[in-house]
Amino acid sequence: MSDQIKQAIQEYATRLGDDSVVLGHRISEWVSYGPFLEEDIAYGNVSLDYIGRARMFYTYAAELADDGRDEDDFAYMRNDREYRNLLLMELPKGDFAYSQVRQLFADVYYTLMLPELLQSKDETLSAIAAKAIKETKYHLRRSRDWVLRLGDGTEESHKRTQKALDQLWGYTHELFDMDETEQLLADAGIGVDVSRLRDSWLKMVSDILTEATLTVPEDSWAVRGGRVGYHTENLGHMLTEMQIVHRSHPGCKW
Amino acid sequence: MTTSQEENFMRKISAEEKIEPKDWMPDAYRKNLIRQISQHAHSEVIGMQPEGNWLTRAPSLRRKAILLSKIQDEAGHGLYLYSACETLGISRSEMIEQLQSGAAKYSSIFNYPTLTWADVGAIGWLVDGAAIVNQVSLQRTSYGPYSRGMIRICKEESFHQRQGYEAMLALAKGSEGQKAMAQDALDRFYWPALMMFGPHDSESAHSQKSMEWKIKRETNDDLRQKFVDQTVKQIEVLGLEHPDKNITWNDERGHYDSSDLNWDEFWSVINGNGHCNRQRIEHHLAAHEEGEWVRDAITAYNEKKRAKKAQHAA
Repeated sequence: MSDQIKQAIQEYATRLGDDSVVLGHRISEWVSYGPFLEEDIAYGNVSLDYIGRARMFYTYAAELADDGRDEDDFAYMRNDREYRNLLLMELPKGDFAYSQVRQLFADVYYTLMLPELLQSKDETLSAIAAKAIKETKYHLRRSRDWVLRLGDGTEESHKRTQKALDQLWGYTHELFDMDETEQLLADAGIGVDVSRLRDSWLKMVSDILTEATLTVPEDSWAVRGGRVGYHTENLGHMLTEMQIVHRSHPGCKW
Repeated sequence: MTTSQEENFMRKISAEEKIEPKDWMPDAYRKNLIRQISQHAHSEVIGMQPEGNWLTRAPSLRRKAILLSKIQDEAGHGLYLYSACETLGISRSEMIEQLQSGAAKYSSIFNYPTLTWADVGAIGWLVDGAAIVNQVSLQRTSYGPYSRGMIRICKEESFHQRQGYEAMLALAKGSEGQKAMAQDALDRFYWPALMMFGPHDSESAHSQKSMEWKIKRETNDDLRQKFVDQTVKQIEVLGLEHPDKNITWNDERGHYDSSDLNWDEFWSVINGNGHCNRQRIEHHLAAHEEGEWVRDAITAYNEKKRAKKAQHAA
């Protein structure tokens, strides 16, 4: 493996780890705040899956970095400007409709992206994808069901869900952006060319939204920047909370 | 009620046979069980709050994952205890109403605030530890669904206790700051954990009848003594100071003697005036009320689906 490729994989694994830890953290904020007990359990479950993914991606990134860092150094010792997650993942949990719409976007994305990652020539990335695919299948079943029920439920649930769609749509374009690092890996058969997934994503999401009697928003705006550390104002607050205990006791084991 | 029904019921109780949902049972037995099982279910549910308070600040990804998984288990326990209780003829929504109105109680331990990360370890070790002592004994309770629920719950609770103790051990063997955090958590949670066993047997309103009906199998004071005894060694291994300066081995009794508890505090928290009583119920209510439009949406959606199906069939 050339140094250039190795470095690119480390960056890639870090990005995917960041996506997972940030979304996993947001989902965990629902525990004990769900509309009923079964949902508290489901949120905990989904969050746990994402934290598990983050640990696998970070552990791999740390192994490639080979500089004595571990998964927690990646999660807890980097600042918001160093985080490389997609902006969609870091947005606050909002109301139940907002979280479920975000989840639907992410779940459809992973449904398309993970089978591609499974084909990666990199065995570790492929193995992580294999585990994550099973989880995502269950996640999508849940978020799809919820968006159907909320969209085609009451007037209020419909209104809230449509509003969430309109507020979140502009953050979805970034999901399909490629930069040099990702292109290098895609060309080498290691990373996923996400730019090719947008049409299928749009088709799957549109079908679900239409069945839910919701309107697919226009592509009239797009916000980008997560992959270069240009975040929304929310991430700094999230990391402040997430990292406070770890950073207050430097070098400690937990 | 005929004599033969009651005799038959008591015969089963003495023969250690389980009472099942469809069996005849005295009203007071049913009422007593509903009180105890629903209180237990509510405790699992409210218990998500003090632990959830640290989910977003867990100091490592591994600890975060363990805590998520533990809270998920607790919520699951809440679910099957609600189901066990429903077999006695009360609905989950009625139980939740009773929780929110204050008519039903939950374990007072959750009215103490979790102030540092070490409190998460202390809860796993001491609170779940105390709960297990009680629940192991309840595996032999006379009501079938409750007994079976307890057997399942005990398996998971012992994992919770181990993870809590292991988290405390990491702190106690860590830096000065971590060790101080562990000692502080032990000092704060030790006494309320002992109070989890309830008032002295002589003061316990429900104890006598519950023992006769074998809903409860051991008395509050006996269970508390077991917990006191097992905890001494655990504190030693951690290298922390015992919060009870009067703890001494009594050769004659074969148990540790210990200080009496602050019963004024116990009754004050039970009566709703602890640190977090209002906050816990307020939190539960707020989530419940905010979730109303979601629950309404499901009902409306299901209605529409049913109507469509009926239309197709017609």
